[in-house]
Amino acid sequence: MNITLKVWKQKNNNERGRFETYQVKEVSPDMSFLEMFDVLNEDLITEGKEPIAFDHDCREGICGMCSMYINGRPHGPLQGVTTCQLHMRSFRDGDTIVVEPWRAAAFPVIKDLAVDRSAFDRIMAAGGFVSVNTGNAQDANNILIPKTDADLAFEAAACIGCGACVAACKNSSAMLFVSAKVSQLALLPQGQVERQERVISMVNQMDEEGFGSCTNTGACEAECPKSISVENIARLNREYLSAKITK
Amino acid sequence: MSSNNFLSLFNSSVGKKVIMAVTGLFICVFLIVHVAGNFQLFKADSGLSFNKYAVLMTTNPFIKTISYLLYTFIIVHAIRGIMIEIENRRARPVKYAKYNGNANSKWASRNMGILGTILLVFIVVHMHDFWYNYKFGHTPFTLYKTELATGNLVDVKDMGPDFKMGSKMEEMMAGDYKYVIVKDLYKEVKEEFKRLLWVVFYVVCMGAVSFHLYHGFRSGFQSLGLNSRKYNNVFQTIGTWVFAIIIPLSFAAMPLYFYFNQ
Repeated sequence: MNITLKVWKQKNNNERGRFETYQVKEVSPDMSFLEMFDVLNEDLITEGKEPIAFDHDCREGICGMCSMYINGRPHGPLQGVTTCQLHMRSFRDGDTIVVEPWRAAAFPVIKDLAVDRSAFDRIMAAGGFVSVNTGNAQDANNILIPKTDADLAFEAAACIGCGACVAACKNSSAMLFVSAKVSQLALLPQGQVERQERVISMVNQMDEEGFGSCTNTGACEAECPKSISVENIARLNREYLSAKITK
Repeated sequence: MSSNNFLSLFNSSVGKKVIMAVTGLFICVFLIVHVAGNFQLFKADSGLSFNKYAVLMTTNPFIKTISYLLYTFIIVHAIRGIMIEIENRRARPVKYAKYNGNANSKWASRNMGILGTILLVFIVVHMHDFWYNYKFGHTPFTLYKTELATGNLVDVKDMGPDFKMGSKMEEMMAGDYKYVIVKDLYKEVKEEFKRLLWVVFYVVCMGAVSFHLYHGFRSGFQSLGLNSRKYNNVFQTIGTWVFAIIIPLSFAAMPLYFYFNQ
């Protein structure tokens, strides 16, 4: 396969970025999207040119590091996968592919396709944890949890914090991420002690970071590589409202 | 918890949407009343029942209180909506060069700001043409003569531009007849929709109502945290059939009816 890549190049957050066009020849359809970038970068280095900066780590869809906005969609054209799980067979020979970084005021560009997602870390630090001592591992039947709650908490906990929800949302809203993190703990007994403080602190931090608000377009759910449901956003709204009213 | 802390709820990204949801859903309920009342425009009684209904709607203290609450909600919904739109645009200072919104969301859901702006312009024009003219303008009076025994309308008489009366409606009995003199809003409607431009404007705006409510009704419940697998289909079905199809089509039928029946 021969591919034309239009990639966003930006030195740092203070400089204006621009698109640069690259021709990538003899691409195997079995390559992952990131491997195609590796090959391109090898060539660029050999030619003495600067390689393209992009984020990646586990390359098996669980770390949440890869973050490319491909042809107008985060993580590319497939549903329920991260960029590292996307393969070149999803494209056709001769295609032009436009690759941009996540674009949000709260995710400043570090370089090229790599953005600073530490806003998510600060939201987690504001309350996305359990600080009560839950003791040693005990018999699973000691703490009774309805199966449906356990399943919902597990689905929410599948969030890898990649930021595709923010990238997909027309408002750069982080509601899906925050709602998943609030839900996974609100649904379980261990999360009850800090339930109200947690949701208030996390929403406050989200707003401080400069994410937009939710318009319920559902773009986040559609693009989430872990298919996190917007039902979690409704739960976040309920949790936040009841915490604000009763606390 | 201090009251100040509670009010901060409405400045949070969650609270802002609660304001949009509560005001928006209230306006939705009003639309049901509005369209039901306006169906009297189709009654073949030269506007008598519609005009009586207009008097009730503008004089009954309970309905008047609700109307002022409604006007307030419309203003709050519009201002808060515009502010949210501006804040949300600020959250993405550099736009995507290639954006494929249709791949993950519906057009209406992404364009609530534009649709809302069209509706705001519509409401201003609509309120001026009917509400303002009826209350402060020169809406004429019409005399309706009804036979008491049969209830048949036997005569309709224009009272002329110089006729003035202290109230909006007077009813008298004389002999076998009942006479009603009432401010003729029906006539204003009829005159307005003789002009093609206004008919087109109204019909296009009802299209905007349809798209705005197709997303808005269902979205309001989500913003209030009311999303359950049990009821989502109910919200979605009502939002689509009642608010995106039946109500806008019924409203759009009114100018078309008058335009083609002049």
